[in-house]
Amino acid sequence: MALTKANFADTLFDELGLNKREAKDMVEFFFEEIKSSLEQGKQVKISGFGKFELRDKSSRPGRNPKTGEEIPITARRVVTFRSGQKLKARVEAYVGSE
Amino acid sequence: MTKSELIESLAKQQPHLALKDVELAVKCIIEKMNQALSSGERIEIRGFGSFSLHKRPPRVGRNPKSGESVALSEKYVPHFKPGKELRDRVNDSSNQYQIID
Repeated sequence: MALTKANFADTLFDELGLNKREAKDMVEFFFEEIKSSLEQGKQVKISGFGKFELRDKSSRPGRNPKTGEEIPITARRVVTFRSGQKLKARVEAYVGSE
Repeated sequence: MTKSELIESLAKQQPHLALKDVELAVKCIIEKMNQALSSGERIEIRGFGSFSLHKRPPRVGRNPKSGESVALSEKYVPHFKPGKELRDRVNDSSNQYQIID
């Protein structure tokens, strides 16, 4: 099961004692604030986690993989995430479960 | 935007909370994300995006100083896939804003 906003709100309720409403709002505001910063072209660096970066990509020729038809991919701005050293190290230590 | 700017801005939007509590909440959310990913759990935030682990196969690397080859075992790296709302908002406003740190 993936972690969702509801799980984060529960954690704030359990560990910080925010009430349910405050906890839910905090989680909403948290992700909305990052989205709105990126929307305004401002990259977001969260120490201890990683950096959300923006890149302007120029247009390039593309193809519909099903029909083989050529369709140009328009120029666009995209979000990328680079994990910080701490997160990288913690994840690297994870030894899959399969 | 940095973590402290994020905290300030969240505090302004929730004036009934003490700055200290906003700070703790932000740290708590970040720690929860770190914990989830480092135990192999996915994170899915609607409209924002999802975080998961991608597996990197084992490979033979090289010590750049000595040139000696070293066997590197397989590892996992965090991966983020932006959600549709984030993708669209960022792209639709790209001609109004320059990219800044």
